[in-house]
Amino acid sequence: MSDAILTLEHVDVGFDTDDGSVSAVSDVSLSVAAGEIFGLVGESGCGKTTLAMATMGLLPVSATVSGSVRFQGRELVGLPPEDLRRLRGDRISMVFQDPMTSLDPAFPIGEQIAETITAHRDVQRSHARDRALALLADVGIPEPERRYGDAPHRLSGGMRQRVVIATALANEPALMLADEPTTALDVTIQSQILDLLRDLRQRLRTTIVLITHDLGVIAQLCDRVGVMYAGQLVEIATVSEIFRAPRHPYTQALLAALPTQHQEPGSLRVIPGRVPNLIAPPPGCRFASRCPHVMDVCTIVPPLAHESADHLIACWLSEATREAGRPTGAATGGAA
Amino acid sequence: MSVAIPNVPARTSRRRGILTSRKGRVGFAILLALIAIAAFAPLIAPHDPNAIDAARILAPPDLAHPFGSDALGRDVLSRVIYAYRVSLGVAVGSTLLAFLFGVPLGLYAGYHGGWVDTLIMRPIDMVLALPALLLAVALIAIIGPGSDVALLAIAVIYLPILARVVRSSTLVVASQTYVEAARARGTPSRRIITRHVLPNAIGPAIVQATILMGFALQIEAALSFLGLGAQPPTSSLGVMLADGRDFLTQAPWIEIFPGVAIAITVLAFNFFGDGLRTRLDPRGVAR
Repeated sequence: MSDAILTLEHVDVGFDTDDGSVSAVSDVSLSVAAGEIFGLVGESGCGKTTLAMATMGLLPVSATVSGSVRFQGRELVGLPPEDLRRLRGDRISMVFQDPMTSLDPAFPIGEQIAETITAHRDVQRSHARDRALALLADVGIPEPERRYGDAPHRLSGGMRQRVVIATALANEPALMLADEPTTALDVTIQSQILDLLRDLRQRLRTTIVLITHDLGVIAQLCDRVGVMYAGQLVEIATVSEIFRAPRHPYTQALLAALPTQHQEPGSLRVIPGRVPNLIAPPPGCRFASRCPHVMDVCTIVPPLAHESADHLIACWLSEATREAGRPTGAATGGAA
Repeated sequence: MSVAIPNVPARTSRRRGILTSRKGRVGFAILLALIAIAAFAPLIAPHDPNAIDAARILAPPDLAHPFGSDALGRDVLSRVIYAYRVSLGVAVGSTLLAFLFGVPLGLYAGYHGGWVDTLIMRPIDMVLALPALLLAVALIAIIGPGSDVALLAIAVIYLPILARVVRSSTLVVASQTYVEAARARGTPSRRIITRHVLPNAIGPAIVQATILMGFALQIEAALSFLGLGAQPPTSSLGVMLADGRDFLTQAPWIEIFPGVAIAITVLAFNFFGDGLRTRLDPRGVAR
């Protein structure tokens, strides 16, 4: 993709623990186009956040990242820490899940925004302050002048998340990683924040990668979506395509688990089995042990392949995957 | 993702006032009075602390000399006031010195972890393992006695304690999401440490330092009692205790009043420290 702003190729992330190395992200390749909202969906612990942290260069030292993360054509893996710091908060910014804990309790909210500006721009404090006030107004904080010096605890959760988003937008980043930005908020506030993100995208043309486990949020906001399971990326498609015709058995099971209006109370559908242990994950497709269509070939990692122009799937059921896996499939399988 | 410790921020609680607990208020009031006495000693002392009066040798308290007189006929009240000035100076100075060096060390050790932590904390642990008074005596044996050396010795004893306290609160704060968020904003790590970690991690160290100040007065008195602290003609509360011990049965006032001064000070610092703890360190409340 020529207009890709972020390209991940064969990204692996492992964590060294006392019990062995955890494979948190395995061979993830994806590409985010400039200006789009790309959703990354999957259950807790599937590697969504780890992937975002790897992009930001914020993983702890116990993590090892391999593969390639290119942002605006620049390779980020192996970039010196100071260069990464200059990108963070400037070209790439991040919104965290819980606004109750992602703002410094001993720091006035306005100054947290101003700090983001002065960390990257050689500007006067008064200029940073003016810009912070404008941002606060921009994200819908009433009376920004009065609010500027407030400590975070004086604001409600929704207001805090607006501040966090204002901070993320401070330097007009090209890419914003939003890690479960609405999960800690109640439903009304959730929809306000989603409206805000949609509105900001429209006005500022910021590319957003939205990480969530909530398919409803994906449906409301995203253009395309990648589905992750146990560290592997199993399917990428446009949002309408995912909901209309999910191809990967995991995506299908995930959508089938969504409660509907006609459902009997107390009869939620679940996916039988459990997520494999990522310290010694089974070879091949990690969903195999829970998959109703499991085959012998599933012990070989299925490559992510184009079923159509904008629908990629990594499952041996797919003709495209079989096609892509044929020449090198045996070699890949041997390595895994 | 985040540690479930309720986070009562230092800055905002200061706005609501430190002295919400009665204990803290009492401690604070006594401390203010004691500091005023030390600061304005020449104005407050009724007599010259070194004026010898042969007619008043071991004279008991009366109206003109409410604390009585010592073996040389010197006014005990005036001497306590001047001695208190030296003792409090050593106590506060030593703790501040330890704070000044211990806090940055603990902060950097806790924030950076790994080999930085090892490099800073292992020597500090070694100092901590030695008995405090023995360490002070050894230091004085090397450098020579004097109240400034006592100050230094107490600082050496206190530095590891404060560094440890700061390190452990830094470990908690550094793992908070808002520190990670600051990193994600590209805030330089030096600024993260000084502006985000330090203000949130300093509370317990301030409480600890306050309480340590009271005990520093005790250590100073002990050193001076042994002749290792303040040297004549300078007097300190410990020197007074040493001077008066031969006359304990005939003239107990020489001993009692310096002793009471030490006791009141330690108590006041403890009260004030407890009051601070209630405000700054939410975990202390539950204890």
